[in-house]
Amino acid sequence: MAKRLIRSLTLMAVFLMPVQAFAVLKVEITGGSDSALPIAIVPFGAEGQKAPEDLTNIIRNDLESSGRFAPLDNQDLVSRPTEQSQVNFADWRLLRSEGLVIGKISSQDGENYQVQFQLFDVFRGQQLAGKRYQVPASGLRALGHQIADVIYETLTGEKGIFSTRLAFVTQITAGDGKKRFALQISDADGANPRTVLQSTQPIMSPSWAPDGNQLAYVSFENGKTEVFVQQLLSGQRKSVASFDGINSAPAWSPDGRKLALTLSRNGNPEIYVLELSNGDLIRVTNNAQAIDTEAVWSRDGNDIYFTSDRGGRPQIYKVSANGGRAERISFEGNYNASPDLSPDGSKLTMVHGANGGFYIAVQDLKTGSMQVLTESGRAESPSFAPNGQMILYATEQKGSGVLAAVSVDGRIHQRLSESGTVVREPAWSPLKK
Amino acid sequence: MNRYKFSALLVALFLLNACSGNATKDGTDDVLVEERNGASTSGVSGEGANGSDLGAEASVIVGEDGYAGSELNDPSNPLSNRVIYFDYDSASVRAQDQAIVEAHAAYLGKNPNLSVRLEGHTDERGSREYNLALGERRALSIRQLLMLQGASAQQFRVTSFGEERPAVDGSDESAWSQNRRVEIVYIGR
Repeated sequence: MAKRLIRSLTLMAVFLMPVQAFAVLKVEITGGSDSALPIAIVPFGAEGQKAPEDLTNIIRNDLESSGRFAPLDNQDLVSRPTEQSQVNFADWRLLRSEGLVIGKISSQDGENYQVQFQLFDVFRGQQLAGKRYQVPASGLRALGHQIADVIYETLTGEKGIFSTRLAFVTQITAGDGKKRFALQISDADGANPRTVLQSTQPIMSPSWAPDGNQLAYVSFENGKTEVFVQQLLSGQRKSVASFDGINSAPAWSPDGRKLALTLSRNGNPEIYVLELSNGDLIRVTNNAQAIDTEAVWSRDGNDIYFTSDRGGRPQIYKVSANGGRAERISFEGNYNASPDLSPDGSKLTMVHGANGGFYIAVQDLKTGSMQVLTESGRAESPSFAPNGQMILYATEQKGSGVLAAVSVDGRIHQRLSESGTVVREPAWSPLKK
Repeated sequence: MNRYKFSALLVALFLLNACSGNATKDGTDDVLVEERNGASTSGVSGEGANGSDLGAEASVIVGEDGYAGSELNDPSNPLSNRVIYFDYDSASVRAQDQAIVEAHAAYLGKNPNLSVRLEGHTDERGSREYNLALGERRALSIRQLLMLQGASAQQFRVTSFGEERPAVDGSDESAWSQNRRVEIVYIGR
């Protein structure tokens, strides 16, 4: 009897487990696109089988959501050329858009698609970029992002980041009042969300391997912090740190061979470096009175930036990856934490505490000067985009966690939100290799 | 689900826990690892990956009473108070809480077969990783006091949850002050 009761209860429990919904983030520009460059994107000409994705729309959304471009409305387009011979540059000059994008998409079988596009400088009447591709139907969305990357890079001189991905932690409160956590990744525009890990216990601090194929993260699934490394393609994962005390704050070395970690196995949180191939541990910091955590590698892999309260309050310091004397880096205010280094190594972004609030700030490492980039005082977990132009962070809106992004100059603001789901701890992937 | 069904479920969960013995397996929970396309579950790690973890969750409430007799649950006894609260960014025990800590130290000293898990927590403000370390610092400061007053080192397990497991959801001082805490959880040996 008891056994049968247990079995039926187990079944019931399984049905009651809420299905973790995918968070589908929507990117919106919330400020500062006044200086956006007008660009004309003509709907691509279509031949043969209809494409399952609206390629023109993907390109358009990418460029618009970056805050750097203002695509013209379709109704304002003077004509709908699909190849160069149909373009009359004099007409386009009247619209004051400097760039013009045209293209064609065709398929005989609905499985493979031929796509071509050209980007013109309207004033010079010259082609700036032009490419031809062949992709399966399933590759059309990715191709849209790739074309947007080419256009972005050609016109701004910066790498496009539309083909990159985001990792983040979501939390939902189920009908039973219990919280469910998930580690998810999505395309940079929020599309294509997928769940990497789902748990009834908190998940923290996702960190991308430099190859973009693995994530390190912290999971409480065994009742305490533990660091895992997971392959994204196979889902295979491995626990790499489950010592007594804290196992947290994983950060990949630039060569992908080591993880910097925070461990308190010797009684106090310190920075360690774990050699992933053989499990060797090197202790980097040694300060029994202080919290040392949140390691970030310098681009050459020789140094580690980290947060420490050795001076009384949390500030950013730098130390050789082999240990030794630490140098203080942040000096403004009495709370600076969660550092992330720009891809070129010239700037640190951090959470800056002031007047009871927490803001995203960026510090120029050469001059030492710091600029606060956000206005709401509830910001945390900043992560640089792989082109160094934007900083993604977590904040709060109407009591729920949302992601937002700000340009390094503080002018462009975006919000990425999903109703009903708390989203936090974003990490921007590296560029596709 | 209507209220009747929900309470029936609660009773059932209690029974389930009772049937399965005093499962004080702490925190082995279901974790699903999914493939990149999110289509299928490629591996389930941890024991009790399906319904059985609900038993473990329920046992956190039930198991506590099972072990530690009535002194801990007598509301007039300082031992019934097992949560110590802290000031912002501080790990110092407030003067008014010293008596509670003393009572637990004496109780642990008298009962060397008992052990406790000290769970450190913080409010939501500031860096999550820093808060994880701060939660540990709070738990360690309670451990130190308990040891100075008669408990011994092997009676403790220290765990920090940082800001990840708030006692109260909310973003005001009332919620924050209830979340900056160390929970003293008695466990069997």
